Amino acid sequence: MVLIQEQSRAGRRSSAQAPLQEVEATSIPEQFRRKSRPALPEVSEMQVVRHYTRLSQKNFSIDTHFYPLGSCTMKYNPRGCNSLAMLPGFLGRHPEAPENHSQGFLACMHDLQETLKEVTGMRAVCLSPAAGSQGEFAGVAMIRAYHDARGDTARSEILVPDAAHGTNPASAVMCGYKVREIPTGLDGDMDVEALKQALGPQTAGIMLTNPSTLGVFDRRIGEIAKLVHEAGGLLYYDGANLNAILGKVRPGDMGFDVIHINLHKTFSTPHGGGGPGAGPVGVSARLEPYLPVPMVEKDGTNYRWLTERDRPETIGRLSAFAGNAGILLRAFVYARMIGREGMARVAEYSTLNANYMLKRLQKAGFEAAYPERRATHEFIITLRREARTLGVNTMDYAKRLLDYGFHAPTTYFPLLVPECLLIEPTESEDKETLDAFLEALITIEEEAESDPDLVKGAPHSLPVKRLDDVRAARELDLAWRPGADQEAD
Amino acid sequence: MPFIPHTEEEVRQMLEAIGASSIEELFDEIPDELRFNGLKDVPDAMSEMEVAQLMQARAQADGQPLCFIGAGAYDHHIPAAVWEIAGRGEFYTAYTPYQAEASQGTLQLLYEYQSMMTALTAMDVSNASLYDGASALAEAILMAVRANRKSKSKRVLVPRSLHPAYRRVAYNIVRNQDIELVELPFDMTGGHTDPAVLEQYAGEDITALVIPQPNFFGVLEEVDALTDWARANKVMSIAVVNPLALALLQPPGEWGSEGVDICCGEGQPLGAPLSSGGPYFGFLCCRQAHVRQMPGRIVGRTLDLDGKPGFTLTLQAREQHIRRSKATSNICTNQGLMVTAATIHMALLGGEGLERVAAGCNTNIGLLRDMLTGIEGVEPIFERPVFHEQVVRLPLAVKDVLHTLSAHNIQGGFDLSDDYPELGDALLICATEKRTRDEMQVYQEKLERLVQMQSKSCGAVPAG
Amino acid sequence: MSDFPTELKYAKTHEWARDEGDGTITVGITDHAQDQLGDLVFVDLPEEGDSVEAGEDCAVVESVKAASDIYSPASGEIIAVNSVLGESPELVNESAFGDGWLFKVKMSNPAELDNLLDANGYQEVAASEEH
Repeated sequence: MVLIQEQSRAGRRSSAQAPLQEVEATSIPEQFRRKSRPALPEVSEMQVVRHYTRLSQKNFSIDTHFYPLGSCTMKYNPRGCNSLAMLPGFLGRHPEAPENHSQGFLACMHDLQETLKEVTGMRAVCLSPAAGSQGEFAGVAMIRAYHDARGDTARSEILVPDAAHGTNPASAVMCGYKVREIPTGLDGDMDVEALKQALGPQTAGIMLTNPSTLGVFDRRIGEIAKLVHEAGGLLYYDGANLNAILGKVRPGDMGFDVIHINLHKTFSTPHGGGGPGAGPVGVSARLEPYLPVPMVEKDGTNYRWLTERDRPETIGRLSAFAGNAGILLRAFVYARMIGREGMARVAEYSTLNANYMLKRLQKAGFEAAYPERRATHEFIITLRREARTLGVNTMDYAKRLLDYGFHAPTTYFPLLVPECLLIEPTESEDKETLDAFLEALITIEEEAESDPDLVKGAPHSLPVKRLDDVRAARELDLAWRPGADQEAD
Repeated sequence: MPFIPHTEEEVRQMLEAIGASSIEELFDEIPDELRFNGLKDVPDAMSEMEVAQLMQARAQADGQPLCFIGAGAYDHHIPAAVWEIAGRGEFYTAYTPYQAEASQGTLQLLYEYQSMMTALTAMDVSNASLYDGASALAEAILMAVRANRKSKSKRVLVPRSLHPAYRRVAYNIVRNQDIELVELPFDMTGGHTDPAVLEQYAGEDITALVIPQPNFFGVLEEVDALTDWARANKVMSIAVVNPLALALLQPPGEWGSEGVDICCGEGQPLGAPLSSGGPYFGFLCCRQAHVRQMPGRIVGRTLDLDGKPGFTLTLQAREQHIRRSKATSNICTNQGLMVTAATIHMALLGGEGLERVAAGCNTNIGLLRDMLTGIEGVEPIFERPVFHEQVVRLPLAVKDVLHTLSAHNIQGGFDLSDDYPELGDALLICATEKRTRDEMQVYQEKLERLVQMQSKSCGAVPAG
Repeated sequence: MSDFPTELKYAKTHEWARDEGDGTITVGITDHAQDQLGDLVFVDLPEEGDSVEAGEDCAVVESVKAASDIYSPASGEIIAVNSVLGESPELVNESAFGDGWLFKVKMSNPAELDNLLDANGYQEVAASEEH
């Protein structure tokens, strides 16, 4: 489709959108002014509305398609959460508003903090990290602050399972740690013998996801926690898969010292085409002094911010204000609508959906990565046999699924299972949708045998065919330039 | 069951297919001693109507006060079409465009956004956004350290005139990587960073220099001289700018003789509501030569199998999901939805519309400054030109004044006395294009009365 | 099937080194390595004059889906880099042992070459990695 920039005509404007009166900024001397206007589009309001409406129609989304992207928890995002977070009082509130203009907002934040404490079993929660990766950074920074405060500065290593999300090692490095990988055993649980070998006086902590990214619950978590603590290390819980155990098991009870929660997964806030998310952190008592700021405190009937001044040992703030407040409001509304009983139902029905899909796929001849294990809220199948014997690989299956109107599951992650599909249906999908997806996958398997080129050439019915990633990276075209004779579509 | 569609009959069929007798059985791999039942502190479920009543009451409690606070978050008009379109489910509920063929809407929009940001900043490339302005500065500093291979010191000069929260966030994020942030003082008369203060660093190994425009006081900095000093001393230059101001001001890509190396800032003025501080988005642009050191998602235009143009995420090998512990950053997502709004916002306003908004802000701050400093005892502190904020000195304690004003539904500005005690009773005020003369009049009258009461009684300002 | 020239020395980390007989070696990545990585889109080379230790990472090769560190097979000084790769990273795919070479090292301790594998030894390493 033609770029909005290419629709531009000199002198055209959406003139109702800007101040009608033209004023000169006379107080700004010539030397500070720009010499020519930036090359932004000159288009009408209707052009803009039509262009971006039509672009939106080129997207798959939860509102339009089943989106079983493993490890991303693409559940329904209730519209009520959106409209209530956008009430004028919330939308117009300045982040530096005084506390007497903030009691309603702060009450929501405080209530959300309390709910998250209870469902994670942690002592205290700070809501402000803007995303999972900021939550991870905050968590590891707190581990470091804890060791440093005790003068225990020889701890230089963070342990990370080989199946971990790539953010885990990247976050550890940002906090100045070296990363050591721990292998996974054949049954999908961590190799505890390898862990014992790796632990030592250099261990600052370990970062774990449980259920792991392999779609199984690590049954030896109690023993792992004990070993790490005995070595003087702390345990970090990556909340990416909290949906699987909400209301069933609490990270605090498993022995974790610090946790982040992806509200854009478990608490149903929108993914927005890649954000904004929210990554609140929770901690056990020993890490409480180091939590990031700001936090919200209830002082009698009054709510107030806690800042650097109230919390001298804090690792500090990670964004200019208080993180993605509007996302936190959406999560709060969601938590109130599902309530106490609804928390455990999230885990129950997401697990039911995943196990149902896994069993049906196994029955249809697909190979499960861990056939002896229960699925959690997600599971992995491997297409290595198909890749070897038919020459049709996981990427081909993923692209062909798009033709059938389903977003593809996560592909080629975790890295240690070859040709894998990580499938996460979530609790909000009904049985008919799951059945239709399973039928599509079974049909593709038949196509891969009878007409492999059909699958290898997919997708066939989308706005574009498979894109040349190599060209994109070798011949970088990252921005339209005025005057450049380029055309899209 | 809210947001769970299963009927009892379906649950029975599904369990039968699994070969389990109950849903509970599906959790049998979790050791018993870890199982938990209760959640006593989580309240019962509410219907949408009930939660709407609760939220409406809470939103109303915070009121809709008259806002003269800026300090990094600005109250601008957002065209109705911006969130009508950005709020469409196809944008709102999609994820990171990993499957490019099923995400051409978001991908093309991000490419258009990158193009708009490069036009606005006059830089070569833009990423698809970061979390907010402050964390974008931290990422820009880390990027400068990677890109300036010749410099070994990891010393970065940061003006005290930069937003205090940005300085804190940058420190908090880079502190564990042996990076030293060195504070540059500001000129007490002009409120800017005097380029002469850099002389003492000439010849030293400095990795980067941060240059805000406008700075936290609203004041315009000597960006050409600062940028040229950096270039001459092999120091990477990092601009921190208000993107709306760039509709009027010289873009960082044209500062000095060759422009800056990296440019970042807070995107909120481009279509994001104040919303208690977020979600906003940080933007990050740079010269072509540094593109592989840039963190975050980047969209490129390429061709499909039929030779038809299309869009895809590119340069992904820098990112955490591939590069793991050697990634340029741990950043995973961008602020996609906010960028969707910003792109529509910029398309609607265009260069001329943004310029009108920026000029309206600039005119209004002049008006507000003149009205307030017409009050006996209220004085402007800095004499250099500003964009849409101004520091004034009050004859009373700022905290008390703001407290009293807030009881009259006026948010009078940002109190500088904690962050800049050297300025005395200093207040940072802001007027965007939205503030009317009548609103400013209300503010002026209230403040005048407070000051007069004070001079009569010579006592404390009565609170509330 | 990948090539394993017998006149070269190999590292387990998939670099090859050719002893030029004058105290210098030419270094690249093996045909097997380029095959595993797929189409290369970028090569990040060290600078001439840099000093390197044996086993130190000093370059990166990137494909669309992976980025791999390149470790110097021997200690010494970088005396030349194949700057053509900046524009044409595909040369590594097309000619891993020829035009796709990465850099040359003036060795400070030529005995380190004895720690490397011969073609047979490396072929076993490569074979053990096939799934």
